[in-house]
Amino acid sequence: MCESCGCGDPGLVPVEIHERILASNDERAAHNRQHFAGAGMVAINLMGSPGAGKTAVLETTARRSGEKRLGAMTGDLATERDAERLKAVGIPSVGITTGSACHLDATLVHAALHDAPWNVLDFLFIENVGNLVCPAIYDLGQTANVVALSVTEGVDKPLKYPVMFRVAELVLITKVDLLPHLPGVEMEELYANLAKVTPGPRIIEFSAVSGVGVKEWIRWLEGLATGRSGKAAFIGGASS
Amino acid sequence: MHEYSVVQSLMQRVEAEALAHKARAVDRITVGLGELSGVDPELLLSAFELFRQMVPLCRNAQLQIREIPAAWRCRVCDTEISKGEVLRCKICQKPAQLACGDEILLDRIELEVP
Ligand SMILES: Nc1nc2c(ncn2[C@@H]2O[C@H](COP(=O)(O)OP(=O)(O)OP(=O)(O)O)[C@@H](O)[C@H]2O)c(=O)[nH]1
Ligand SMILES: [Mg+2]
Ligand SMILES: [Zn+2]
Ligand SMILES: [Zn+2]
Ligand SMILES: [Zn+2]
Repeated sequence: MCESCGCGDPGLVPVEIHERILASNDERAAHNRQHFAGAGMVAINLMGSPGAGKTAVLETTARRSGEKRLGAMTGDLATERDAERLKAVGIPSVGITTGSACHLDATLVHAALHDAPWNVLDFLFIENVGNLVCPAIYDLGQTANVVALSVTEGVDKPLKYPVMFRVAELVLITKVDLLPHLPGVEMEELYANLAKVTPGPRIIEFSAVSGVGVKEWIRWLEGLATGRSGKAAFIGGASS
Repeated sequence: MHEYSVVQSLMQRVEAEALAHKARAVDRITVGLGELSGVDPELLLSAFELFRQMVPLCRNAQLQIREIPAAWRCRVCDTEISKGEVLRCKICQKPAQLACGDEILLDRIELEVP
């Protein structure tokens, strides 16, 4: 007897599940988290649109981070170009070619972890596939989510992609050296829009060209390692 | 389009459940989707149409989506923050937290059991 709708069909059995559909990704992310904790490394999930300047942020970080041991994984649909760029500035890197998948998931990151070219690291940067939508919904086991948003993308992006900005522990506003050429871009408006989609956002204005914000970014990373950084308050949602 | 990979995970879970119950077929699948889940209901439905053809037990299954609106509340005094406002409580000045709206849930399935 169907209990839920009373339809009287003797063969219908309702089964209550109430589980996250991505539960198996969550489990693998938890396993990755153990890897990171075991190796004492801070893992950053760096997300943003195609061309937002994610790889440029990491190149700049390599030049300015002193003694810290950095490593990277770069997710890309078709090439390993970003991994090559990072190796060129001295960051041991593995490219993850996703084929048709528009995001990294915990399984892809785990596979890359096991053939990574490093032993110990202070910071592991996981450059996600350039995409402002779905990378946000797959937990990789990261310590923190960072979203790069370049000033040329327009100040309305937080309102159009609230899912991505909601999960950001830090928003890096990149390419700020270009602001003098962008009379239509009002930073105040961008800050206001961010405040409507993510509570108490931490924001750093950054430029790989002028070096603005690099110190602050590195200080924020160091704070993560010692547990001082993060958002103004605990972030996380109803089911995360 | 990540709706395909979400449907794939869904189908694996549903199929395993159906086999465990020795079901003849899956009749209905109910999924809860939050407004801020990042999963689009229409796209999920079209991905489902495609995938159910490949899972014999689900060939005639219906996918029902329960849409869950997002709600932000103050973590201190529980006041709700209206849509489109700054996510900070006007009374306590504390950042709000999401009370609901990021769910991607398998609620229940209905099985035809011999
Ligand atoms: N003016 C300026 N240009 C920048 C800056 N950072 C990056 N760019 C340029 O923006 C373009 C894209 O930079 P990338 O670092 O490749 O961006 P990405 O986000 O890694 O791109 P994908 O991985 O392909 O999604 C390149 O032409 C960079 O030279 C910056 O701070 N200022
Ligand atoms: Mg890149
Ligand atoms: Zn995707
Ligand atoms: Zn492992
Ligand atoms: Zn309050």
